[in-house]
This record gives sequence, structure tokens and C-alpha cells, in this order.
Amino acid sequence: MSDAVRIDLTVNGRAMGGAAEPRTHLADFLRQELRLTGTHLGCEHGVCGACTVIVDGRPVRACLLLAVQAAGCEVTTVEGLAALDGPLGDLQAAFRRRHALQCGFCTPGMLMTLAALAAAQPDADEAEVRAALSGNLCRCTGYAPIIAAALDVLEARRASSAT
Amino acid sequence: MTNPTTGIGAAVERIEDDRLLRGGGRYLDDLELPGLVHAAFVRSEHAHARVLGVDATAARQLSGVAAVFTTDDFPQASRGKRMPQTAPIPALTAAVSTMHALATDEVCFVGEPVAIVVAASRAIAEDAAALVAVSYEVLPAVTDPRRALAADAPRVRAAAPDNRAGRFAAKFGDIEAAFAGAARVIDLEVESHRGGGHSMEGRGAIAAVEAYSGKVTLWTSTQLPHTVRRHLAAHLGLEEPQVRVVAPDVGGGFGPKGIFYAEELALVLAARALGRPVKWVEDRREHFLASVQQRDQAWTLQVAVDPDGAVRGVRARGTNDCGAYLLYGLLLPLTTVVQFPGPYRWGALELELDCVFTNLTPTSPVRGAGRPYANFVIERAMDAVARTLGLDRAAVRARNMIPDDAYPYETGMRTPAGVPIKYDSGSSRACLDRLLEDAGWAGFGERQRAARESGRYIGLGLACYVEDGGIPPFEGATVRVLPSGTVLVRSGAASQGQGHATIFAQIVCEVLGVPLAQVMTEAADTDAIPRGVGTLGSRIAVTAGSSVAKAAEAVRDKAIAFAAAHVGVAAEGLEIVEGAVVVRGAPARRMKLAEIAAFLNGSAGVPIRPGFEPGLEATAFFPVPAPTYSNGSVAVEVEVDAATGAVRVAECWFVHDCGRMLNPLLVEGQLVGGIVHGLGNALLERMVFDREGQPLSTNYGEYLLPGATDVPRFHLRHIETASTRNPLGVKGVGESGTIPTPAAVISAVEDALSVHGAVFDRHPLSPEDVLAATGCLQDPGKAVRPDERRREASTALHPETAR
Repeated sequence: MSDAVRIDLTVNGRAMGGAAEPRTHLADFLRQELRLTGTHLGCEHGVCGACTVIVDGRPVRACLLLAVQAAGCEVTTVEGLAALDGPLGDLQAAFRRRHALQCGFCTPGMLMTLAALAAAQPDADEAEVRAALSGNLCRCTGYAPIIAAALDVLEARRASSAT
Repeated sequence: MTNPTTGIGAAVERIEDDRLLRGGGRYLDDLELPGLVHAAFVRSEHAHARVLGVDATAARQLSGVAAVFTTDDFPQASRGKRMPQTAPIPALTAAVSTMHALATDEVCFVGEPVAIVVAASRAIAEDAAALVAVSYEVLPAVTDPRRALAADAPRVRAAAPDNRAGRFAAKFGDIEAAFAGAARVIDLEVESHRGGGHSMEGRGAIAAVEAYSGKVTLWTSTQLPHTVRRHLAAHLGLEEPQVRVVAPDVGGGFGPKGIFYAEELALVLAARALGRPVKWVEDRREHFLASVQQRDQAWTLQVAVDPDGAVRGVRARGTNDCGAYLLYGLLLPLTTVVQFPGPYRWGALELELDCVFTNLTPTSPVRGAGRPYANFVIERAMDAVARTLGLDRAAVRARNMIPDDAYPYETGMRTPAGVPIKYDSGSSRACLDRLLEDAGWAGFGERQRAARESGRYIGLGLACYVEDGGIPPFEGATVRVLPSGTVLVRSGAASQGQGHATIFAQIVCEVLGVPLAQVMTEAADTDAIPRGVGTLGSRIAVTAGSSVAKAAEAVRDKAIAFAAAHVGVAAEGLEIVEGAVVVRGAPARRMKLAEIAAFLNGSAGVPIRPGFEPGLEATAFFPVPAPTYSNGSVAVEVEVDAATGAVRVAECWFVHDCGRMLNPLLVEGQLVGGIVHGLGNALLERMVFDREGQPLSTNYGEYLLPGATDVPRFHLRHIETASTRNPLGVKGVGESGTIPTPAAVISAVEDALSVHGAVFDRHPLSPEDVLAATGCLQDPGKAVRPDERRREASTALHPETAR
């Protein structure tokens, strides 16, 4: 539309930019303008967490943040968790090992929430993992394997940083 | 076993996952087409109203709007025709049971589509939809299914003679004698409420029509591509090959995507009229309004018992809320009826179920379909028998249970076609016995007393179930070895996250010995395989799994026969090892499947070897004669906070038998996911409408789904009794977790509050229900006081609440 504004930001370590109306939220901007469709929209009212991305180090609902608010920010999406031609990241591999995804629709949001948690709280215990995940809904898995995958990764990272 | 690490029974990681974990899924909203335009629906604001007129003038003038369609803008052939009834059975007696693509002169629930707006973006389409002015004359709405058959009840449709959608009746045994000789007759009322499917991805579709051929393609987030194609083609007057339906990656189904929806038809009609592809992606509010739900079933029962708890007979009369239309016939209430009497032997049964319309969102199966309702009735009856006679709840179940040596077992019930229902095999008693051991049933009373002395209310509940899965008639599969050696599996078995591609690959691996990574699956495209049904009723492992096995075996036999002729060795002297035909005892003499496929693929001027059809491939449609019957028992331990009424589910033990397991990792995924769905039904999920039929819970703040902090620790145990009805010996497991969990949770809460004599006859249980049962709610002054230590503990955790 005519009132579109230019937005420049860093996504997954790369400078990117595009145009968006002021009312466009970050998730639509990522999906439609930047064609990064790994970020999913489950409710568009900030409860389900499927659209979670990391903005300047913190997990954020991309459906509640306007794209213009993300101008100049560092954004990490699920596409940034592993190189396209490289192996899966540790969280992703743990999800596969634990069967922590079924339909896969909530998975990007789960991964981003946990990536932020692991960075901010490397010593998180099970209760803290559950609390961190309480803003992400999954209808397929019943959460238990997601919690287990997160605990696997936290423990492995602690073990490797201890040596 | 050909390959113990990746074949049947191996807990392999899924081959679907890598792509999905990288954000590389291709769900409906991720698809783009040249010239794509976006749709939004104008939906009824009233539960029941006459549509007097639709003024779209302002909407059409908005910049970026391509078109606004009301029913009058569609061709006459579609305008006057209601959606097809996809599952007509004699029990369905209502003359009108389906809606139009867009409402004509009457709307019957809040959310019924009235107009479709098409624009350059979804945002503009929504802006324009808000500008469409619809004039309504509001009519009285029927919103209480319990009163829907009353003579003075408002009618669901102005022209309907009454609100009856249909009726089921079933009986076995001598019910009069059963009651005449009973020691006690127990009366009870039971109500179940279930919510919606709530797949994290809502519905969505793209319709495109080819300019010259007129071929219609519908990409849709559906469980049933072939079923949608059949009815779409029939409605449009096209032959099936002129319609292609494709399900891309689907973000969860759980039943509500197993429907041919009015929105899908409206999109096709709009795309036809515009000559451009049209996309619609449901938002969450639309999911609450217009995707099918389950909601209420209410029952009254009389249970005739002997002094030892043996059930002599049951009279049961129920009402099923169908909502405004039947989008999948009476499949939902039918599924309830045929569940009786679950894993038990009752002397006699007399059952009636009224199916009634209301001016509310249509209902149809959600994970578990009608089974959790039946299970709740049956298991509430078992608890009532125990309570009335002063017997142990587990002992009453054991007393009535089908013995493990009684299979195949005829339940006394019949299918709608009149065929006696016969369980193929089972282990209900073994599962129950093992569950009681695992859950520490015998010692729980002691733990409970000790907890009570420290002011804590813990309870243990249980429930037992049978799940009919592997629903007939078939789901086919083609297995084709490509010249590269990759094996292609094609099926109509659309996946919504179950892991079909992985289990198909495991079956192929078992038969042909190829690595999992060398098997690719294309399902859910009607152009890929001519016939299909779709994914519902925990049926794919049984139906498509058996077809994949049969087709792979035919490919194996053909490859061996070809190699035998080619190398000049008797077929008996050959076997398949790791994707090659080898000479027994001389594995160096081998012919790869890829080579055979290349020969059979043909090349110009070179005749195919005589006696062989071209192509190293086979197609099988394994005919499933009757469902398979899985069984099991669940126990849950809860702790009730008597001050707040909150229920915490702490532990869950689940002992079950789904026949031979193709992949235990995936079986456990189905179980745990299903159990948590059942926890939501037991304690959280409540779809609320007001008396005028306005939905009051239309977002996830108002409608609660279970979250990561709500789920217990799980203790699963598998018992494997092969099904006798398919070559793999498998049964369904997709709904096992959901079926018995609400009954077990309610039983556990009752047990926790047994000192208060708490009895619950419905779910979901709210904190208010719990407090009312403890007497807290009526008189907070005499609240059951949590003990001081517990208060200190919670203060330490939440210092801000300390007073």
C-alpha cells in the first residue's frame, strides 16, 4: 500500500530489508516480505507462541510486535538455528531424538523459546524449562518429549562447558 | 527380521523431522502461486436469523478488492444446492442437514459464511469484509441440547418440523430379567463436554482453476483429500480426474480437518469466477466459530448389579448436541454408541441416543470422536457401582472385565449395517493387572492417609478402554522402485504429523532391505493414487501400512523373479538383502533393485523381458474387513489444592495394547499427546455459548489448552497382542490416550476429596466445581484449611503473595 515504510534489520546474521505497512506485524513481514516461512502463526493474539522469534536476545511474539518496531534489531528465526547445508543444531537434534515434534507447526516457536532460555539460563532445571515453555502451545506431543529434549541439551551444554 | 535397527518395530527417528526442524515445512499458508489473491469471509453475527439482504457496495469500492461474492453472485447450479451429506445412514432422519457454500436466506450459527471477499492481501480482504453490510431479522435460537426436543423449543431452521437430526437405539441380552433379579439398581446422570480440535495450524485452502481445461486444483489443509475430491467433483458436476486435491504439510488435524467444508467450495467457486487462484487461511477466531467441535452429550443411566459388583444390565438414554448442521453425518454419535460396553461383559444393555440440532457451531469427530463420551459414561458407572456397594474401584472393573482368553469376543452390539461387533484380540485384564502394580494401587490408601495428615489431598483414579481403530474399508499404496534405486511410496494416507512417511519406510525397509533414507513418500495428492479415503479413526497403520507391506512384497517377488530369469538361477535360490537380489550363500552374486528397475523401465528399441510387465512397482489396496480393537488402562494421581480448587495432575500410568508396534517412539508420541488432549477435556477446555448462541470463548485466553506446566510425569507400558485382521498384526493408537483420560482424572479428584463425599457427574471440572464439592465455595469461612507447612512452602515460592 501507499503508506508502506522501509524497514532494515539483521535477520539470522544477515542485513535484510523490505517494505511494510505500519500495521504489519513482524511475523507477516518475515513470512511475506522476507519469505522466511519457518515462523508460523497459530493464534495471532499472543498466546500460542508458534511465532516466537528472538529479537535482540529475547524471545518475542512476532504476532504482537509490529515490523516497524523491529527496525534496526537483530532477529533470529528458526532458519538461523542451523546452516542449510550443515547438521542440525543441538536443540533440533534433541527434538528429533526425543520425538518432540509431530506436525511441526509449533516447533519453530518451541525451538526459539528454548534457544533463548538456554542462552539466558544455562542452569535451568525442569520446573524452569516448563515455565519457559508455558507460553508455547502444542496439540500433538503432550510436551513431555519437548521438556526432555530441552533438559538433554541443557545438560550436554553444561557438561561440555565444564570440561 | 530383515533389518532390526530400521525395520518394523524399531524406534527410529523420523525421516520427516529434518526439514520441519529447519523451518522448511510447506504448510498451506507457505504456498505461493502466480496471481494469487486472498480471501476473507463475512460470517453470521447471529445464531439464527433470516438474511434480508447483503450490501457489498462499499466493500467493492475499496482499493485492492478484486471481488465480493454473495450466494447470488455464484452460478445458479451452485446457489440452490446445499453441501452434500457425506455420510448418509438410515439413523439420520433430518430432511435438511447441510449448509450452502454461502448462506442463502437463513443463517443457523454464529460464524456461518455469508459472503466471501477477495483482495490483493488478506489484510485488505478483512478491511473490506468489515464494510459488507448484512441485514438480518433475528430469529429465536435453540441452544440447549437437553431441551431441543421439547415441543416449544425454537427450531434450528425456520422450516424444520423439529430439531431431531436422528436417533440410535441398541440392545442386547434380556434387559427385563437383568433388572428384575438385581440386588441394587443405581441411577446416575452423566454429562461430557468436549471442545474443539485446536490444531496449531488452522484450516486453509488455495483454489485454482486452469483456464482452458477447467481442471480444479484445491490445496487444502485436510485429512481427507480423496473424500474432498469426490464430493467437490460431484457438486461441480465434474469427473473426478478433473479435480485434484492436495494436502501439503498439515499442522495437525485431530478430526476437524476431516470434513468437506463450505469454505472450500466457496473458494473454488470464487476462483472459477475470477480466473485467479484464491487463498484463504483461517484465523483463530474463525476456528472457534466455524471449524467443527464436539461439545455436549448428556446421559441418564440405570445400572442393575449383583452384590459382588457384576453388572447385570444397563439402561442408558442420551442426547447428543449436533450443532447447526451435520458436516460428517452422525459419525460422532454413532462412534459413541458402538463403544458400549467397552472392555466389560454386561448381561444386557438397552440404549437410546437422541441426536439433536442446536443453533451452535456444528459438531463432528475430534480426537477420540464419540469414544471418550461413551468411556466417561461406562467408567462413571463402574465408579458408581464401587461407591454404592462399598467395593474397590479396580475390583469392580476386574469383576466385569472380558477375560483375556475370551477373544475373539462378540460384544453383543452391531454396526449400522447389522454386523455383530467382534473384538479381534485383546488383553484388557493383563493391562489392568499390570497397571495396578505399576501405579501402586494397593498401597495408595496408605500414602493418601499420610498425605491427609499433612493437609494434602491426593487421589488416584483409573479407567479402562477399548479403541476401535483401523477403520475400513481400505487405504491403498503404490510401491515403486525408481531407476536410481530410491523406493517411492504413494498413498492417500494424508499425514497431519503422525509420521506416516517413517512407518511406511520402515515397512519397505523390512521387505526390501533398503535404507530408510532411500524411501520417499508422496501421500495426500489425489493425482498420485486413484482411490483413497483419508486419515481418521486411527486407521493408517492398519490400512495403508498393510497395503504398503503387500505392495512391497509384490515388488520383492517380481524383483526376485526377474533376477532369476536374468541370471538363470531358480527363484528359490534368491533372496533380498540390502536392496539387492542375491544368490543365497553367494552374496557376491547380486543384482541391485536399481538395475532391475532400470531394465523394467524400458528403453527405446529394447523389448522388455518376456513375461514381465513394465515397471518395478506394485499397487495394493488391502481390504480391511472390520476394525481392530486396542485396549488398555490408565491411572492418574492428582493433588487437589483445597484452598483454590486447583487440580494438579502429578503422575500418569498407562498400560496398553495396540497390537504389534511399528515404531515404539511414535506409539509413545501418539499416547502422550492423546493423554494430554484428554487432560484438557477433563480440566480445562470449555467451549462456552450464551443463551442466544453467541460464543463466549473465542481465543486462548478464554479457552484454555493444556500447557507444559499442566502435564504429569508419564509411565507407559506396552503389551503387544497381534491383531488377527491384518498381515502386520497392528492396531490403532492415535486416540487411545484421549479416550479414558477424562474418566480417570475425574475419578482421581473424587478419590482425593472422598472425605467430603465428592461426586462429580461431568467434565471439565473447574476450580469452582471442586470448591463447591468441598463446601468451600458456599461458605469460604469454613474452608478446608491447607496446613501451615504447605502455606509456608507456597509463600516461599511466591513471596509477593505473603500476607
